[in-house]
Amino acid sequence: MLEPSPKDPAPAEDAESEPRPGRVRKPIGWSTIIIAVLVAVSAGLVWRRDGTDGVLDILTHDLSLFSGILPRVLAGCLLGAFISEILPHEKVSRSLGPKSGLMGLLIGTAFGAILPGGPFTAYPVASALLAVGADFGATIAMVVSWTLIGYGRAVAWEIPIMGTDFTLWRIVISLPLPVLAGALGRFVYIRLYPKPLAKDDES
Amino acid sequence: MSAALLIDILLWGSVLGVGLIAFRRGPPVFKASLREGSMDFINIVPRIALGVIGSGYIAAIIPQEVITGWLGPDSGWPGVATAVIAGAATPGGPVVGFSIGTVALKSGGGVPQVVAYVVAWALFAFQRVILWEIPFMPARFVWFRCAVSVPFPFVAAAIAMVIGKP
Repeated sequence: MLEPSPKDPAPAEDAESEPRPGRVRKPIGWSTIIIAVLVAVSAGLVWRRDGTDGVLDILTHDLSLFSGILPRVLAGCLLGAFISEILPHEKVSRSLGPKSGLMGLLIGTAFGAILPGGPFTAYPVASALLAVGADFGATIAMVVSWTLIGYGRAVAWEIPIMGTDFTLWRIVISLPLPVLAGALGRFVYIRLYPKPLAKDDES
Repeated sequence: MSAALLIDILLWGSVLGVGLIAFRRGPPVFKASLREGSMDFINIVPRIALGVIGSGYIAAIIPQEVITGWLGPDSGWPGVATAVIAGAATPGGPVVGFSIGTVALKSGGGVPQVVAYVVAWALFAFQRVILWEIPFMPARFVWFRCAVSVPFPFVAAAIAMVIGKP
């Protein structure tokens, strides 16, 4: 692993010398436990229904799936880390922060729509944006835009399975949704957490 | 196959692009973010492993036919509501979700209902949320985003009803 070097991680950027705001890294949270229980119960049911062979069949299939996904997860994590490192924090919080208005939601939407890859990129990158100063609204717009109008899943899965007509039509219907979802998110967030935890920049 | 390859090329191309920008900011920045990304990866792999390897079992006990049954030719808003629940409950990856949508369309499911199903599935299919979104993002954000997303399959269905079929 990394040697105990004296230089702390990543101070190099502008004036931002305080420790980076949390990329959340919870070791084993309750959600992991819920998933583990869900998986264990499901595996038990499969075992009762199909016996050991059934359990092993699924295991080998999913293991090969997993090994295929692994490099992409690494790419997603690196993408998230680089992006959170190279984006200047004040600029992000100005253009994607709580006060960024409609423009911030539109930028989030555009960003989600052009982001390459699958969930293994969208979520690390969204998490990086949150960490460098985007607010919930803009990040919601980005995630919703990625899932509804991003081209990745549409090209790889939806067009082959559902057909081009349906897919394009569905995307047209979905166009306003990321901005609306982001706006709703912002609207609710301000009322849920009236005093934001963030230090007020540019006073 | 080729679509997957294209996605991989775009993905690693983007990594290289932002990596290059980081590198030009100076090797310390580059090294720090490389380390940060690798640590994220190491931290996340066990949770992704649990989800991906376990999701086959979850999918196996929720047969597709059950979900497809919820998407019958039921018209109107009750049908939309059922479709939204079906979308959230659909296990498995995109192949399963879109196949169910196609089957529903072919077997007489209403177009607004199928749109609501596909949009709900894209927004908050439980398996993607617990498998991908929660490991990578703050849980508080994930729940908030899902809650805020609930109205939008209905909005999509309403738009579909207004503008008509594809």
